[in-house]
Amino acid sequence: MGKQYETVIGLEVHVELATKTKIFCGCSTAFGGTPNTHTCPVCTGMPGSLPVLNKQVLEYAVSVGLATNCDITRYCKFDRKNYFYPDNPQNYQISQLYLPICRNGYIEIETADGTKKVGIHEIHMEEDAGKLIHDEWEDCTLVDYNRSGVPLIEIVSEPDMRSAEEVIAYLEKLRMLIQYLGASDCKLQEGSMRADVNLSVREAGAAQLGTRTEMKNLNSFKAIMRAIEGERERQIDLLESGEAVVQETRRWDDTKGCSYAMRSKEDAQDYRYFPDPDLVPIHISEEWLAERRDALPEFRTEKIVRYKEEYEIPDYDIDIITGSKRLADLFEETVAICKEPKKVSNWLMGETMRLLKEQGKEPEDIVFSPAHLAKLIAMTESKEINGTVAKEVFEAMFESDVDPAQYVEEKGLKTVNDTGALQKTLEEIIAANPQSVADYRGGKEKALGFLVGQTMKAMKGKADPGLINKMLREMLS
Amino acid sequence: MANVISDETIEYVGILAKLELSEDEKEQAKKDMGSMLDYIDKLGELDTSSVEPMSHVFPVENVFREDVVTNGDMRDELLSNAPGEKDGMFVVPRTFD
Repeated sequence: MGKQYETVIGLEVHVELATKTKIFCGCSTAFGGTPNTHTCPVCTGMPGSLPVLNKQVLEYAVSVGLATNCDITRYCKFDRKNYFYPDNPQNYQISQLYLPICRNGYIEIETADGTKKVGIHEIHMEEDAGKLIHDEWEDCTLVDYNRSGVPLIEIVSEPDMRSAEEVIAYLEKLRMLIQYLGASDCKLQEGSMRADVNLSVREAGAAQLGTRTEMKNLNSFKAIMRAIEGERERQIDLLESGEAVVQETRRWDDTKGCSYAMRSKEDAQDYRYFPDPDLVPIHISEEWLAERRDALPEFRTEKIVRYKEEYEIPDYDIDIITGSKRLADLFEETVAICKEPKKVSNWLMGETMRLLKEQGKEPEDIVFSPAHLAKLIAMTESKEINGTVAKEVFEAMFESDVDPAQYVEEKGLKTVNDTGALQKTLEEIIAANPQSVADYRGGKEKALGFLVGQTMKAMKGKADPGLINKMLREMLS
Repeated sequence: MANVISDETIEYVGILAKLELSEDEKEQAKKDMGSMLDYIDKLGELDTSSVEPMSHVFPVENVFREDVVTNGDMRDELLSNAPGEKDGMFVVPRTFD
């Protein structure tokens, strides 16, 4: 029988903070600007420029630390991590090594064997690097520093995870907490949340950890799952064939489904960290920390309790809606306008979920506004439009947040409530379908459905099926 | 001189600092570094067990800025310092990941 192996995984997660400006200068962090238009002497590393810490970065970092049960470092500093690479114009990255802002935390995840604690070793603040674009044509590299100096926090876990499932559970929990705090939108695809996986294997029951590798370039949960499975297999194969795992950084290629070595950690770069003399230390007072604690938002557990008391919607709906800050906000804001919790929940749980899934999107990508959803619900309730039309309007709202009233007006989708016109159409339909009329009168309920369908078709869908049903029954009785 | 810098060390420090040193410069740098380390050793003789490491000269803490955009587009000005420019970006030698 083959040996049994245990996988040991720790994560380094980088999260881009949702500030308006960069960590050390007043440049915009807006995504997708024309190259180098969000830059200044500080974030392009000009000699003599002076970085000043964005207070919001500290507030977000401390909030994330409090939400993950960390000790907040009351006296903390920034350090310089020295390396030469053109994405880093200063030739050092401002980060925290000696006194990171948060330490010794944990979050709880749900696993098949119940609740499990995953330790947080530390959280530190640092700046992002610029973007390199390789110009194949001229065989050179172009640099865009718009991202240089965008604030990041790096959340370093303990090696407490044992499977890909636990890793995903940890990341989902972390993402939810950070989204609830409003500290980041945490989109893996867009790089506002990036996870590096440190993985080693050891024989089941062994006390010593095996040699680990670090895997980069993982930009979806699926890629993370596949990379973990792939790396576990690769390391076990090495050990089984009597070879040693080399401590190195590997890059995952998700299309090929394999990883390759980037640089060996044995000749690890010597970063020569030292305290940054340009940035003064941070002293966190008891009062300020208490303020941050008071400012923490209502988290999911509390939200679930409140929803159960306030809204008459199924527990299943509550579970899904509170699982995403974006959905919970949309739900609460829409209900505040239209006072129809069940209807709002139905739109979120039904059509919204269907379209998100179809288009491979996350709740954070939703563009329609609470005001428009509330209006759509009101229009459906007042029978201004019927259910089929409402779904069509909703799809348009989902694409580009159109005003439902305006859309219905422009497309002429309003239900015809003119009973005179309806009466006339019904008379025509009855005259044109004597067989169905006879069938219905003979007791075949199904025949009525056919007549309703024919009428809806004649009215181009702009009628209230309930009203047609009622009028038909009266006319045929 | 108590501290002797080896050829390997001076080579390594040169790589880290991205400096290409001539043989003469290497010999001079080895001497300079050796005497610097001797000086540090001298300081090491003091009992500093009750002294906090000092990273900042001034007793100033908590200097922050508000999260407000204050910078406009300085691209052209910044690029004017660059040795090479293309499509509004800095041109550097081809770099591999």
